[in-house]
Amino acid sequence: MDLDDTPEQVAHRAKVRAWLEENKAQAPVLTGPDALTEEAEIVSARRAWQGKLAEAGLAGVTWPKEYGGQGLGPIEQVICNQEIARTGVPGILDAIGVGMLGPTIIAHGSDEQKARYLGPMLHGDEVWCQLFSEPAAGSDLAAVQARARQTEDGSWRLSGQKVWTTNAQFSSYGLLLARTDADVPKHKGLTMFIVPMDAPGVTVRGLRQISGEAEFNEVFFDDVELAADAVVGGVGNGWGTALTTLMFERVTIGLGGEGLGYNSVRFAKGIAADEHARRDPEVRRQLGEISSELLAVRFTGYRTLTALQKGQIPGPEAGLAKVTIVNGAIKAGDLIADVQGPDALSEQSEWAYMISFLPGLKSAGGTEEILRNTIGERVLGLPPEPRLDKGIPFSELRSKEGAAA
Amino acid sequence: MNLALSDEQEFLREAARGTLSRVKTLEAAREALDGEAGALPDLWPAACEAGWPGLLIDEAHGGAGLDAFDAMLVLGECGRVLAGVPLLGHLPATAILADAPRVADYLPALASGERRAAYLPSQPPSDVEPRWTVDPLSGMERAPLPTGSEPNANAEVKLSGRYAFVPDAPGAGALVGVALLDTPDRGTGGTPVGVVVMADADGVQIEPVRRYDATRSLAHVTLTNAPATVLDAPVESLAGAWHLAQALIAAESIGSVETALEMSVAYAKERHTFGRPIGSYQAVKHSLTEVLRQQENGRSLLYYAGWARNGAPAEFPLAASAARSVAGRALDYAARTMISVHGGIGATWEHDAPLFFRRAQLSRRLLGGTAGATDRVAGELIAQADAA
Repeated sequence: MDLDDTPEQVAHRAKVRAWLEENKAQAPVLTGPDALTEEAEIVSARRAWQGKLAEAGLAGVTWPKEYGGQGLGPIEQVICNQEIARTGVPGILDAIGVGMLGPTIIAHGSDEQKARYLGPMLHGDEVWCQLFSEPAAGSDLAAVQARARQTEDGSWRLSGQKVWTTNAQFSSYGLLLARTDADVPKHKGLTMFIVPMDAPGVTVRGLRQISGEAEFNEVFFDDVELAADAVVGGVGNGWGTALTTLMFERVTIGLGGEGLGYNSVRFAKGIAADEHARRDPEVRRQLGEISSELLAVRFTGYRTLTALQKGQIPGPEAGLAKVTIVNGAIKAGDLIADVQGPDALSEQSEWAYMISFLPGLKSAGGTEEILRNTIGERVLGLPPEPRLDKGIPFSELRSKEGAAA
Repeated sequence: MNLALSDEQEFLREAARGTLSRVKTLEAAREALDGEAGALPDLWPAACEAGWPGLLIDEAHGGAGLDAFDAMLVLGECGRVLAGVPLLGHLPATAILADAPRVADYLPALASGERRAAYLPSQPPSDVEPRWTVDPLSGMERAPLPTGSEPNANAEVKLSGRYAFVPDAPGAGALVGVALLDTPDRGTGGTPVGVVVMADADGVQIEPVRRYDATRSLAHVTLTNAPATVLDAPVESLAGAWHLAQALIAAESIGSVETALEMSVAYAKERHTFGRPIGSYQAVKHSLTEVLRQQENGRSLLYYAGWARNGAPAEFPLAASAARSVAGRALDYAARTMISVHGGIGATWEHDAPLFFRRAQLSRRLLGGTAGATDRVAGELIAQADAA
C-alpha cells in the first residue's frame, strides 16, 4: 500500500511540472487584483490556454493518440490535474467536453465525426455543452421530450427545450438527447445528436442562480434543422450512448472533488482566524466531523484511482463521494457563517458565493435522492421501486400518469 | 498509487475470518450478557496460533514485523463477529515496548503470546489540552496521568494514580502506558515517560468492570506506589500508541458496520410490506445507502491511517483521529439503522442487533471517546490552517 508514483509516473510528473513552470506566465489570471473580469475576455483567454495545455499533452491525456490525446491512463491525467492545481493556474475551460462528451464520441461516434470534432474540442477551438436535462426530465432522464423528426431527405427537425446547460452561451456544439420515436417504451425511442449551437432556431438564455450569476442556461430549439450525419451511435440507441456519458461523469466527479476547492484545510482557515471559535467545543465538533468526511473523500479518490489503474471501472458508489462533498461543504458554509456572522454573507466574502452555489450543486450530476436509489439498487442489491412506465410506449405515459394520480 | 490490499493482506484477512468462524462469537456475546460464567470463549490461544500478538514486533524478536494496517485488518475481522480478542489492549502496548531497547528481551514472549500486555490509554496533549491525560472514572473532565518520583539507576520508579476503563487489562501480565515523573523541568508539572508495570506487582490493583457490552474486557487499573520500569521509548512512540489505539478501534468498528449492513440489507430484501420488499422503499433504501456511505468513508480513512503511520508520521494523529471519528459515528448509525430496519424484533434479545448496538454504545465512550477523536481532528486542522 502506498501513495507513491511509479518511476514512469515520477518522470511524467517532472515533465508536466517543468512545462508548467516554463509556461505559467501565459496562463489567464482569474483571481486577485489583475484578474480578468469580462466573460468574453475570460473565455477567449481560457480557450487559448486550453489549446496550450492540449498541445503540451496536459489535457485529454486518456484520449487515444490518433485524436490528439496521449493514450495514457487516468493516473497520468490526475497527475496533470494535480500539477496544474499546484502551480495555481486554471485547468481547461471545456472539462465537460474533454472529460465526458469527447469520450462519448470516441466510444460511439463515426470515423467522420471523430475526425471532424475531437481535435477542435480538445484544443478549445470549439467548446461543447451537454444537452440532456429538461424541465420535466432530470432524475428520470429517459423522459426527455425534445423531439427530432426525420424528413424525407434524411435530415432531422428538432424542437424542444433543454435546461441547466453549463457553457451553452459560448459553446459551438452540443451533444443532445432527443426523442425520435414516441411509440415505443421511453428508453428505446431516444437518439443522440450533435447540434451546432449557431443553427437557426437555437436560443440560449441565461438562468440566474441564487448567487445572482448565470452560470448555466436554458436552451430552446425551434424547428432546428440537423443533417442526417448528426446522429451519434445510431437512431434509437440514445439511451446507451447517454449512459456512456454518465459513466464518464461519475469518473470525473469521483476524481474531481478537491478540484471544487471544498477541502478541510480551507474550511479550517475560515474558523482558525477567530480566537473564540477555534477553542469552542461545539464549533470544533462540527469542524472535526465535516473535515473527517472530506478527508475520507480524498482517500476514496485514491481508491478509485487504484481501481482505474487495475483496469476496473468505478461503479455508482463513486457518486457517494459527491454526496459527502456537497453535504460537507454545505455544513462547512453554515458553520463558518455562524462563526463569522453576517460578514460571511457579504458580496466580498469568499463564503457567500459558495453558500449560494451549493444548494444547486446538490442536484447537479444526479440529485442526491436518485444517487441513493441507484447505489441502493446497484451496489447493495436492494429491489427497485415498482415502476409505472415499464414497457409502455412513451406516447401513452402521460395518460397513465394522470390515471395514477 | 496503490490503495489496495496486497495478496499477503488478503490472505491475512481471510485467515482471520476463518479462525474466528470456528467460534460462535455472537451466541457467546448474548450468553455472556445473561451472566453465564465462562460464556465468553478464550480466543487468545487461537490468536497466538495465528501470530496476531506479534504483528507489530519485528522478526528479530519473534514477531511478524507487519504494520498498523495489517493489525487493522485483523481487528476489522474481530469487529465483524464481535469477537473479544484482547488485541486492542495488547497491540498498542507492544508498539511502545518495541521502541524501548531497555526491554527488548521481553519482546519474544509478547510476540508469541506467551505473555500478554495491555495498553494503559494515555492521551497526548492537544491544542486545547496542554496535559497528558487519561480517561476519567466518570464525567467530562479528563484525569491527570499517574505520577512517580525520579527513577533510580536501574530506571525503576514507584507510581501512583489511576487509568480508568483499560481495555483487556484483566488477565494481562504487563501494563504499558505513560506516567508523569517528578523531574526538574520547565515547569510543566513533570516529564511524560513510557512505563511498564507488572500486573502481579505490589500496589497494582486491577478491578475488572463490565459495562453494557459483555464482549469487551475492561478494568480500572489503580497504582499505589507500584514498582514500574521507565521505558526508553521516544515520546513520539508514546503518542503514537494512543493514535494506533484509535486506528485499531476504528478498524474494529468498521468491521461491525459491515455485518450490521449485510444483515440489514438481507432482511430488507426478504421482508415484505404492502406487497413489496421493504428495501424497495426509498426511506429504507436511503438509510441503508447512508450506512454504506459512512462505512466507505471510514474504510478510506483506515487506508489513510494505515498508510500514514509509516508513510507520513506527521499526519498519523490526524489520520487515526479522523478514522476513529467517522468509524465511530458509522457504527452508531449502522446499529440504530439495523434496529429500525428490522422493526420491533430488532430491539429484542431474540436478535443480534442489540449486540451491535451495545458494542456501538460502549465503543463510542472508550479510549477518549469518538468525540475526543473528532476534537483532535479539529485541532490538527486548525494547526494546518495556521501553518498554511
